[in-house]
Amino acid sequence: MSGAPKLAWRGIRKAFGPKQVLDGFDLDVAEGRSLVLLGGSGSGKSVAIKVAQGLIRPDAGAVLLDGVDVTARPAAERARRYGALFQGGALFDSLTVWENVAFRLVHADGVDRREARRRAAETLARVNLPKSALELRPGALSGGMQKRVALARAVVADPEILFFDEPTAGLDPINAGVINRLILEQVRRLGATAVTITHDLASARTVGDEIALLHEGAIAWRGPAADLDRSGHPLVHHFVHGDAEPA
Amino acid sequence: MNPVAAVGAAALALCRGVGSATLFGARGVAAAFAPPVFWRQLLGQLMAVGWWSLPVVGLTALFTGATLALNIHTAGGRLNAEQFLPQIVALGITRELGPVLAALMLAARAAAAIAAEIGAMRATEQIDALQTLSTDPFRYLVAPRLAAAVVALPLLVVVADVIGIAGGWLVATATLDFNGVVYLRSTLDYLQPWDVLSGLIKAAVFGFLVALTGCWHGYHAQGGARGVGRATTDAVVSAAVLVFAANVLLTSLFT
Repeated sequence: MSGAPKLAWRGIRKAFGPKQVLDGFDLDVAEGRSLVLLGGSGSGKSVAIKVAQGLIRPDAGAVLLDGVDVTARPAAERARRYGALFQGGALFDSLTVWENVAFRLVHADGVDRREARRRAAETLARVNLPKSALELRPGALSGGMQKRVALARAVVADPEILFFDEPTAGLDPINAGVINRLILEQVRRLGATAVTITHDLASARTVGDEIALLHEGAIAWRGPAADLDRSGHPLVHHFVHGDAEPA
Repeated sequence: MNPVAAVGAAALALCRGVGSATLFGARGVAAAFAPPVFWRQLLGQLMAVGWWSLPVVGLTALFTGATLALNIHTAGGRLNAEQFLPQIVALGITRELGPVLAALMLAARAAAAIAAEIGAMRATEQIDALQTLSTDPFRYLVAPRLAAAVVALPLLVVVADVIGIAGGWLVATATLDFNGVVYLRSTLDYLQPWDVLSGLIKAAVFGFLVALTGCWHGYHAQGGARGVGRATTDAVVSAAVLVFAANVLLTSLFT
């Protein structure tokens, strides 16, 4: 890896009751790189990015942003530099599509509503959503369109770091391919650092420069996306081919 | 489990819940006084909590005033004190029944709606999304609901007081041979400003408690649809219990 890490997890430990989800989790992502975090269900992938976002407080360890410890900073403060796409979209039902996309511009950045609407429309066009969708409520859209609205909301304020939580979950292969391509386009356009968690290997290969495998609360393997199939690591082989877990 | 241990665990859980709700309420109040104010949210909540509760609060007050008049007439007849009916109806409505029944109606309508809405937002990660959009959920979700309930419930109680007294008047003049003008004059001569004011102070406190329980249960909902359902039920039950408990405390302070 070249350059200082843009985002780093250092010795993160997090337990929920008796279950130790993250146990000495160390990971860093260099500026402008796209890292995909793979792992089985319940392996702690979502917890790891929520710790980075400040949505979950770790029991121990630190999150560094440009080398600065931000572990104790509130999520809303850190979020000025982040953009996030949630698994289910997490769009606000009571707001229209453009109000969802422009939410941060209006409520956090103090952009006036007319300008915010213009920027929302521009960003929605980048993710191939027509102007006719602007005034619709999220409930009136298909799952694929909701994901595109969520992607537009994540990138509208030109964040430095993007988090994608299972971006293709629940989508058919065609829509999943569209979302992967749009993610790639937006990350490259912004020159952002990206962290994606997914079960979808096709998605991981498309959007990731690097891939890390999370197992039992810590990183078990990490390498370039192109090396995923030839890593030789038994856990990676197990994950990619779905065969019996190595002893 | 050992019964003593079970009682101890329940007591600890209760203490944790009370402590958590108190801190939650303090954070909500602090958020209500810190910019930015989400005016659209506040106005929306004033409509949801106040305006749309008017019919049910009005009907409840009307029937309660009428029933109260009938019962007081029966009890007064045994003591040859029927003539005090207007005064007792007015006192009962303004000091007790207006604020308590309006708060219970608000618990049934608003606490349930608040818990369900915020709980659903929790289940679908919308609260997390708010935070990643640099927005404090306490300012956007909790503060407007607390403020709306604290403002709306006293206004609802003013309406409930008028309609409740009107309900008593209606029954007294239509079925109990009271003179309408004399009834109203007796009510107005007897009623003191503190009777109404103490009811409105109670209403503001009850409004805060009802909204707080709705927000707290919704915010801490866990386990998808089932968790949201449980949060809604718990919000209504705990709001009602809190209203009765606070009523005892406030009544003892005001008398």
